[in-house]
Amino acid sequence: MTTRPAPFDEDEVLHELKHYLPAQAPLKDFIHHNTLHAFQHLPFYKAIQRASALFGYKVSLSLSEYRAAYAAGQIKETILEQKIRERKGEKALADWKDRLLHAPPDATTLPRIGQLRANWKRQYRIDLDSLVHPVLFRVLCSYLDQGISIWSFPVADQRFLSALREMEKNSFSSFFRTRRVRDLFIQGPCTITELLTQLVGDETWFAQYLYDQQFAHQGWSGMVSAIEDQPQTLLDQRQISVHDLIVFELLLEMDALDSQFGAGAWEPLARRLQDAPPALFADVNASGLDDMLTIWQEAYEWSYYEDVLTGLVANYGPKPAPAEKSFQALFCIDDRECSFRRYVEQFDPECETFGTPGFFNVEFFYKPQDGQYLTKLCPAPVTPKHLVKEADAKSARERDIHFTKHAHSFHSGWLISQTLGFWSAFRLFANIFRPTMTPATASSFKHMDKHARLTVEHGATDGFEDGLQIGFTVPEMVARVEGLLKSIGLVREFAPLIYVVGHGSSSVNNPHYAAYDCGACSGRAGSVNARVICSMANHPEVRAQLRERGIAIPDTTDFVGALHDTTRDEIMFYDEHKLSPVNQQRHSANEITFAKALDYNAKERSRRFASIDTRLSAKRIHELIKIRSVSLFEPRPELNHATNALCIVGKRDLTKGLFLDRRSFMNSYDYQIDPDGNYLFSILKAAAPVCGGINLEYFFSRVDNQKLGAGSKLPHNVMGLFGVANGIDGDLRPGLPVQMIEVHDPVRLLMIVQHKPEVVLKTIQRAPETYEWFNHEWVRLVVFHPETEALYLFKDGAFTPYTPAQGQLRTIQDITPLVETHQENLPVYALH
Amino acid sequence: MSILPFFILIPLAGYLLSLLLPAKRETLISGLSFGVVGTHLAGALAFLGYWLLNGCPVLNEKDFVVFTAPGYEFFIDLYFDKITAMYLFVGAFLTFLVTMYSRFYMHRESGYKRFFNTILFFYLGYNITIFSGNIETLFVGWEILGISSFLLIAFYRDRYLPVKNAVKVFSIYRIGDVGLILAMWMSHHLWHENITFLKLSNFDLVHEHLQSHSVIGAFISLMILVSASAKSAQLPFSSWLPRAMEGPTPSSAIFYGSLSVHLGVFLMLRTYLFWEHQFSIRILIGLSGLLSTFVATGIARVQSSVKSQIAYASIAQIGLIFVEMALGFENLAIFHFAGNAFLRTYQLLVSPSVVSYLIREQFYNVSFRGRTIEALYPAKLRNTLYMLSLKEWNLDSLMYRYLWNPLKWAGNRLNFLTLNRVLLFFIPAYIAGLICLANDRLIPEPVHRVLAGVFSLLGLLMVLKSFTERRKARMSWTLVVMNHFWIALSISFNEHFTYSHVALYLSGIIVAGIVGYQCLSRLKRLEGNINLDQFHGHSYRHPRIALVFLLACLGVSGFPLTPSFVGEDLIFTHIHEDQVMLAFFTALSLIIDGLAIMRIYARVFLGPHAKSVYDMAYRSS
Repeated sequence: MTTRPAPFDEDEVLHELKHYLPAQAPLKDFIHHNTLHAFQHLPFYKAIQRASALFGYKVSLSLSEYRAAYAAGQIKETILEQKIRERKGEKALADWKDRLLHAPPDATTLPRIGQLRANWKRQYRIDLDSLVHPVLFRVLCSYLDQGISIWSFPVADQRFLSALREMEKNSFSSFFRTRRVRDLFIQGPCTITELLTQLVGDETWFAQYLYDQQFAHQGWSGMVSAIEDQPQTLLDQRQISVHDLIVFELLLEMDALDSQFGAGAWEPLARRLQDAPPALFADVNASGLDDMLTIWQEAYEWSYYEDVLTGLVANYGPKPAPAEKSFQALFCIDDRECSFRRYVEQFDPECETFGTPGFFNVEFFYKPQDGQYLTKLCPAPVTPKHLVKEADAKSARERDIHFTKHAHSFHSGWLISQTLGFWSAFRLFANIFRPTMTPATASSFKHMDKHARLTVEHGATDGFEDGLQIGFTVPEMVARVEGLLKSIGLVREFAPLIYVVGHGSSSVNNPHYAAYDCGACSGRAGSVNARVICSMANHPEVRAQLRERGIAIPDTTDFVGALHDTTRDEIMFYDEHKLSPVNQQRHSANEITFAKALDYNAKERSRRFASIDTRLSAKRIHELIKIRSVSLFEPRPELNHATNALCIVGKRDLTKGLFLDRRSFMNSYDYQIDPDGNYLFSILKAAAPVCGGINLEYFFSRVDNQKLGAGSKLPHNVMGLFGVANGIDGDLRPGLPVQMIEVHDPVRLLMIVQHKPEVVLKTIQRAPETYEWFNHEWVRLVVFHPETEALYLFKDGAFTPYTPAQGQLRTIQDITPLVETHQENLPVYALH
Repeated sequence: MSILPFFILIPLAGYLLSLLLPAKRETLISGLSFGVVGTHLAGALAFLGYWLLNGCPVLNEKDFVVFTAPGYEFFIDLYFDKITAMYLFVGAFLTFLVTMYSRFYMHRESGYKRFFNTILFFYLGYNITIFSGNIETLFVGWEILGISSFLLIAFYRDRYLPVKNAVKVFSIYRIGDVGLILAMWMSHHLWHENITFLKLSNFDLVHEHLQSHSVIGAFISLMILVSASAKSAQLPFSSWLPRAMEGPTPSSAIFYGSLSVHLGVFLMLRTYLFWEHQFSIRILIGLSGLLSTFVATGIARVQSSVKSQIAYASIAQIGLIFVEMALGFENLAIFHFAGNAFLRTYQLLVSPSVVSYLIREQFYNVSFRGRTIEALYPAKLRNTLYMLSLKEWNLDSLMYRYLWNPLKWAGNRLNFLTLNRVLLFFIPAYIAGLICLANDRLIPEPVHRVLAGVFSLLGLLMVLKSFTERRKARMSWTLVVMNHFWIALSISFNEHFTYSHVALYLSGIIVAGIVGYQCLSRLKRLEGNINLDQFHGHSYRHPRIALVFLLACLGVSGFPLTPSFVGEDLIFTHIHEDQVMLAFFTALSLIIDGLAIMRIYARVFLGPHAKSVYDMAYRSS
């Protein structure tokens, strides 16, 4: 991996560099992913230690935080000792325990990144970053801007460098300070190698110099790289590449040097290099501190895992099944639906709930009425071939005059500030004392009009649009419905009503709004998908063909789509008027169940919110939660995936009656109808990167909120509608803001699969990219053998039996008293 | 006893109380702030109602005399008229709302207490300013506003950019301060007293004085204009405003969106009766406002970040307010101020919503990238204007190039000065100066004046050296403190006056100087390196030392109501109106003095903590 001896290969270096840059897309397409994806080919601890040594990231909690968790009993002594024994042997136990608990942290060494380029400051006393960054960021932001500026970039239809060249050629002003560099740029072509020869001189340092340079503003570089790879992520598309960015930046650096020392009157950096900085990609050896942190992290995670595994085993057993099911409901696997499902089951013991990724196995592009663009509604890596259109929508979009750009020009601004200005005072007053929904609110229910029609079926006359087939043909529908039902194990005993509940969120003053919506729908609400799959499953022709395939859904059964707003805890049902009269009656009864469950769900959520007294009645709290979601001054409309830690793939029997504190993704799966693991394969293929990605993004944003997260969101400034930065001259801040992750405990995702270990092993080995997650322990995997009820832990490529330490599952009748009195994470309880 | 002082005492009491609260008790801290600001608002509304019913009289009261000397009186004077009324209403209303807003918004932020302390401190300064009845009182409020701005911009003190920008904004404010000091100096000579704004409304009096001293009148107006332009971000100072948007959004909204930035307008309105009859000044104000409007509008149009766009749009409106004032539409200007303040506060507060709102708008309207008027320009003109606007017409670098770089250049010429050399040369020189002073009857009068100039120049050199010192923090600090001694010496030569004036001036400086030196010494013992070549961020581990040192800084820089502040003002009265050079040297050394002090504080205590690389944000963020 060392780059030093090899000759400089521009393409290869750029390719590698892009791999290491943050991969976050523009805000509207925010999708969770493993922040350290570039290191995923290495085992977890090795990877994070390497990332830390190279780039200066903090990759775990600090010693003092672990010690505090130990003192608070969150890390158990027995488990800490067990982890020391595993790694250091019985003999070293006392010594290591003492060290872990009392040794002062070693002096930290400097990260490798930036050390080469720091020589400009050291040897030349010039601060290139402060001379180059402001101009560079400004030009980049203006070029990429999606609609904040009133007067947009004059030559936006050309590639970045050509656009700049065009402007430089034809202007009395310049982005450069000096003539020489400007002429150099105008004459072109300015290859990176050529510029580096002038700036750095020695080819052995070229690659490292580029890393230093780009990682001095990894936010902007990462955004450019993301847009280069998927230009369609911008509505108003731009052609830009990391290559172009580097060329421009190198020129700006030369320009700054010229203006400081005179045209060309400076030596290349390598010429004055006194001590060679450490090579960026040289091997990294774990330090003593790394060893300590690893043991702490293991103990931290297993203190929680043990609790969960003990609970699962103890809770397992036949559950009384109702003779007749009142309804069945499919939810997203999302950890936020965990408690909602529990309450729905609690208030109607005769119902049955399932979890499955929230796009419900239908992948398509969606075009709302009057929409000028397409929205992808399926997991991000999938590229759909179908189009679903909205028609006959009735509600009109509302506008807010406060966002009008006229307020920014002086003549209309003169009028506006003297008229609208006073209206603002009133609005502000109203919004602080009586927050209400405004056009500025991002609401999940606006995603689709409730009364609009969707073009689900591909009719003979429908044809194609934008290269996509409008709607689905009947066989295509059958395949999707069958896939969905079989993967969750719902193939018999259908209830008269089957709800398919997507989810979305509402918030205001929240640039990260897309991160709160459904990840399986590419950061959008899941309402359209829910309606589409229901419409398919209700189709008589589809029913007939399903019956031929052994899935006999009674004619009396209706599928009903719905959307759960996870911020406001509201639910909206779709197409209820199409239900049979008797089902309409049943539905009215169920609506009461849902409403009650939502009230209690809100109450349970409120224990984390300082502004709400959790001891109030569920109904009252629900009201307060709704107000909170539209309050301008509330930076935490909801806590999203914070505290997520588990992913359970199996029957609901495994977890029913277990209090998991909203920490678990839950994917329903019946091993009995999938002996070879075919459906399991698709489930894991999606769940590992989606749930693992969410988990690791929270993990790293939590442990290093400054470098891997976005810092506090309170000072954030929106840049070009695609990113946020601090102030006006700052680097973009990818990752999650502190308000999203502060309550998160950084534990890796523990995935528990209910099947035979040998089947699971074969299944995960089928796709190398899935296998990597488990093999390198970015996600921990435990199998629960459904017949022997034994646990197996996946480690070093094999499943080995695992017995949790003797522990008792705590039992509690009603969770409410606990919820009312505790803010922190709660342990696993059995609810009896 | 009148009611006016209560509008200052309430925030003062609130601020002092808020300092005592424990940092963990969020509810208590925000509750107190809410109570203070709420009471203030209620009082303001009641009083405004009463005042309106009584036919809007102009109120003036001399509250208390801080210091008297023959021919000199420093007193706090309060004043209330329609301008104060509007500023009071807007200020109380917005501060109340923003306090409410921040109660929840700031939840769990580590500087929760610091934030509310600073807001209350700001509010205190704001009220002193708007109620002030003379320039001296106004200056007290003005200085408090400057410091609280610095603290709020550097609210995220562990990051590089906020601290850098805070220092930058502070340096611009400092120019405004000097404008005010010089205006005060000249007006002492014009009126031979600390004139109240009430007297300024006496047309005959003003007219009579200005007729015989038209140059002095123009000078005072010009200094006021400079001061107001700096505070209200008019050309050529505009570039600080967007850079001030580093704190939490509500603080940016209230400070830089509305209240703070309109105080330049306030100063112009307050002195309106004074410059009203100076035709050339009015033309200058109008032109300056108009130019600011055009340039700032252009810049606002190309901004691609939401806060800088609002900042420049606001500057453009303030430019128009200047034009309105120059044209004599005083009431319109007052009205326009209120509208602009409300609008920008609200726009800033909802600015994070812009993403979801505009993306949705765009999604449904393909025409979002509409043609703007600029598309009609010839390409070359269009490109030029675009690039200039994008670069903010180089305003930011101009400040560097023409203001700070020459100072740094001059300071660097003094690099040969080491601590020893400074002591070796300057202590004997100072003693010689004192000996001369003791025997000043032997020295002919013209030489006195020369000596005064020489000593003030030496003081200036000291601060220049201090300002550019890269290595030793303590040396820089010593030089700053010594500067005041040189000024005192210099002025002593200028005019015979009692030593009590000098003692008053220096007493505060000495105490603060020693305390500050102790802080730095202690820190050096604990941490080793405290050079001035980089930010060290020592407040991360030593917040207490940081706080004490900040207080010492305020003491040394002649912060309002410290003895040195009164002394500073007093010292200036001893500079004659024809001694422009002496006034200039003294003023310049006071500006740089303040800057050098804040630089030491920022470099040593603020910025990313140099020893915790793994806990700090990137420099560029």
